[in-house]
Amino acid sequence: MMTITEHIIIIGVVVLGTLLTRFLPFLIFSGDKETPQYMKYLGYVLPPAVFGLLVVYSLRNVDLTSVSGFLPELLAIGLIIVLHYWKRNMLLSLAGGTIFYMILVQMVFA
Amino acid sequence: MSFDEHVSTFKYAFPKTIPILAGFAFLGMSYGIYMNSLGFGPLYAISMSMFIFAGSMEFVAGSLLLGPFAPLSAFLLTLMINARHLFYGIAMLDKFKGTGKKKAYLIYGMCDESFVINSSTQVPQYINQGWFMFYVTLLNQIYWVGGTTIGSLFSSAVTFNTDGLEFVMVALFVIIFLENWMKEHNHISSIIGIVASVLSLLIFGTDNFIIPAMILILVSLTSIKSTVEKREVIK
Repeated sequence: MMTITEHIIIIGVVVLGTLLTRFLPFLIFSGDKETPQYMKYLGYVLPPAVFGLLVVYSLRNVDLTSVSGFLPELLAIGLIIVLHYWKRNMLLSLAGGTIFYMILVQMVFA
Repeated sequence: MSFDEHVSTFKYAFPKTIPILAGFAFLGMSYGIYMNSLGFGPLYAISMSMFIFAGSMEFVAGSLLLGPFAPLSAFLLTLMINARHLFYGIAMLDKFKGTGKKKAYLIYGMCDESFVINSSTQVPQYINQGWFMFYVTLLNQIYWVGGTTIGSLFSSAVTFNTDGLEFVMVALFVIIFLENWMKEHNHISSIIGIVASVLSLLIFGTDNFIIPAMILILVSLTSIKSTVEKREVIK
């Protein structure tokens, strides 16, 4: 078992690491200097790729070896796509997809 | 900025954060309950939510506290799990310029969800973008810390079946991806993001795929730079 001081050190180290990943780009390309052309290009093309990465990241624990491991996710995402192309209402797509997923994992694939 | 302008900026920002309110209330509560189940009380859960403010890393940190004392490996693990923030920073370099003293907080509070809203929202002329991003970030942090507080204090009071509610965060990322897909002129970057991440996940597995995915994305985007620049005028 760790002591409280050791706990605080571990938490502090995690805070420091997180701060570093968030601040580093701003420290390197600091202040009033013009952002280099290559970084501007990345700033322009990165977000869509990162949104894709986040989708995969949030689904990383999906189990492809059993039907009940991935079908609820697949069906719920399918519903979100349909709802969003139909009404393009963020809250409707969000609530619809999530509630449908909850019903699936609690009642259908329980 | 006048008080009225603050009110109108806040009123514009708040509705954009409602999905995050739903997601963070749930996930934050889950975190409080999870920490409780590991034997850590509200003081731990709340201060970790407040200072680390990076959801998945906080769950990992909870389990780190139960293991052997290994600060260096905790530090390296944090860098790996949170490496995606580097991309957020690069994408926001210009947007955060000229935001004054708020800038440090905008960077500090740049969790996945704040990045997603701040980078994808085109604010109208009459709204101050810096303050808009500030309110989005602040509200999200309040939701997260608030959720954690409630979860860690009242973990036994949750009576309805919440199985599957965590999907709200998946749903949010899917919708943001879709929304951007419907807006963009060509889908090359979106496709690269998905393909590179899936490939890395299949090759490197759940725990180690983020950094290879980031490298693959970076290499792919760099290799198509001249093609993209020829086709589109970059702001």
